[in-house]
Amino acid sequence: MIETRGLRKSFRSRAGRETKTVDAVRGVNLEVAEGEIFGFLGPNGAGKTTTLRMLATLIEPDGGEATIAGADLRTDPAEVRRRIGYVAQGGSTWDESTAREELVLQARMYGIGKAEAHRRAARALDAFQLTEYADRKCKTYSGGQRRRVEIALGIIHEPKIVFLDEPTTGLDPQSRAHMWDEIRRLRAEGMTVFITTHYLDEADALCDRIAIMDHGEVVAEGTPAALKREISGEVVLVGLDAGSTPQAAELLDTAAYVNKLETIDTGGLRLFVDEGATAIPQILRRLDQGGIELSSIELHRPSLDDVFLTKTGRSLRES
Amino acid sequence: MKLARDTWLIFRRQTQLLLRNPVWIFVGVFQPVMYLLLFAPLLKPALNASTQAAAYKIFVPGLLVLLAIFGGLFQGFGLIAELRAGIIERSRVTPVSRLALLLGRSLRDVVSLLAQAVIITLLALLFDLRVSLGYLLLAYLMLALIALMTSAVSYGVALKVKSEDALAPLMNTVAQPVLLLSGILLPLTFAPGWLQGVAKWNPFSWAVDGVRALFVGELGNDKVWQGLAIITVLAVAGVFWAARQFARSVR
Repeated sequence: MIETRGLRKSFRSRAGRETKTVDAVRGVNLEVAEGEIFGFLGPNGAGKTTTLRMLATLIEPDGGEATIAGADLRTDPAEVRRRIGYVAQGGSTWDESTAREELVLQARMYGIGKAEAHRRAARALDAFQLTEYADRKCKTYSGGQRRRVEIALGIIHEPKIVFLDEPTTGLDPQSRAHMWDEIRRLRAEGMTVFITTHYLDEADALCDRIAIMDHGEVVAEGTPAALKREISGEVVLVGLDAGSTPQAAELLDTAAYVNKLETIDTGGLRLFVDEGATAIPQILRRLDQGGIELSSIELHRPSLDDVFLTKTGRSLRES
Repeated sequence: MKLARDTWLIFRRQTQLLLRNPVWIFVGVFQPVMYLLLFAPLLKPALNASTQAAAYKIFVPGLLVLLAIFGGLFQGFGLIAELRAGIIERSRVTPVSRLALLLGRSLRDVVSLLAQAVIITLLALLFDLRVSLGYLLLAYLMLALIALMTSAVSYGVALKVKSEDALAPLMNTVAQPVLLLSGILLPLTFAPGWLQGVAKWNPFSWAVDGVRALFVGELGNDKVWQGLAIITVLAVAGVFWAARQFARSVR
């Protein structure tokens, strides 16, 4: 559905007299299959939105190629526009308009006739449970209602692919769960959904496949399960005070059962091991022999945050 | 065909929203009406005009051009609000014509300006202003072209600067000399030679002269076709420049 090769974009930013070139996106290669929810995960400023805006024809790439729903992004952006829907992060409804007016206008901008536009607006209002508020001004809507109107606007022309930029940011937990259901419904209707998010749980629970982006590059790609499996085994978190952390690291770094060791800045260790159940007693013994007291020890299955950490050396929560 | 359809679509939407809040048509008219009531009576003695009606034939055309210039130049503010609400981006991901995104909006501005111009003209009738209908319509055409140009330029600049804080001083800086150098309030025939020389380079000064000629019924006056020609060229240039801003990527 989407295939990109070497997609690049840099911006010039001016600070005082100096102009600096910022490479927002540096060569992104992606393949998104039909009918999947594809997630773009990464911290703010990683280049997710820039990539999305390039794919949605809103900004022109500096280099690279992309085919979207069979149309070439560089040579035929007009055809790409007809085949995709795009829902921006910052909203797209006008305070003084009603949801129905907005939906009809949007359909008409896609070249749909008047009667059909009204039919589609009514159908969309129904599907997104907005009929009740359809003829009220958008400024009276709650955050969740407004976001549903915006998604409905993005798919009013029944595109093959819809791009959703941070669809759940700023929503309360209930609206967020509701939005996940809406997104799954789009997939059930045969649409390919491309979302960006900086929520780990969202990427994990919602997406069929994800790409992790950092500093303008894709650092990992795959299903959430496969990515987590890539970090073979399990993760043991050892709670230590900052003073004894270096000593503990030295003791455990050479242990055969520790595949990888990372120190946590605020004190403590993160150990990647094959099997926690056998590793933990050995870790405890070794630390005890070294005279190091630990405050806690916990075992957990690798999360996407661990994937991010091993790929970038930082935690997604910190960045 | 697609352009006409898309333009109509945008125009309809914009007009609908405007009519939902029609109070601002009167806000726009308020200032010129004040000029008409409180400033124009000074003109008969000041201009040494033979009658009050003669003074109005000089003043009302200037006032209408003023309305067209200012009404247009400040339309960019509405666009910045739309930009911020994501309306422009939402439009730009659809295949809708980029020229239509501009023209639909600018034509709404032209129509609302003409509505205001009619109100002013009707009020001036009460003060014994008399103009033949054909000439008046030609004068309105000039006003429409001026408003088309200034609103298009305002939209183009708004898309470039993207903030009210930058747009307001910019437009004021442009509008002030344009206003003073066009002989809108008082005819430039009173001006010293150097000032007249500078004003020759101001297209709006030609427009004002043209509209004044029409108001006194001098269709054959060269200033009429010269003014129309200059403003038409500028309006077309302004529209194309601004439409390009709509087509270009907005970050």
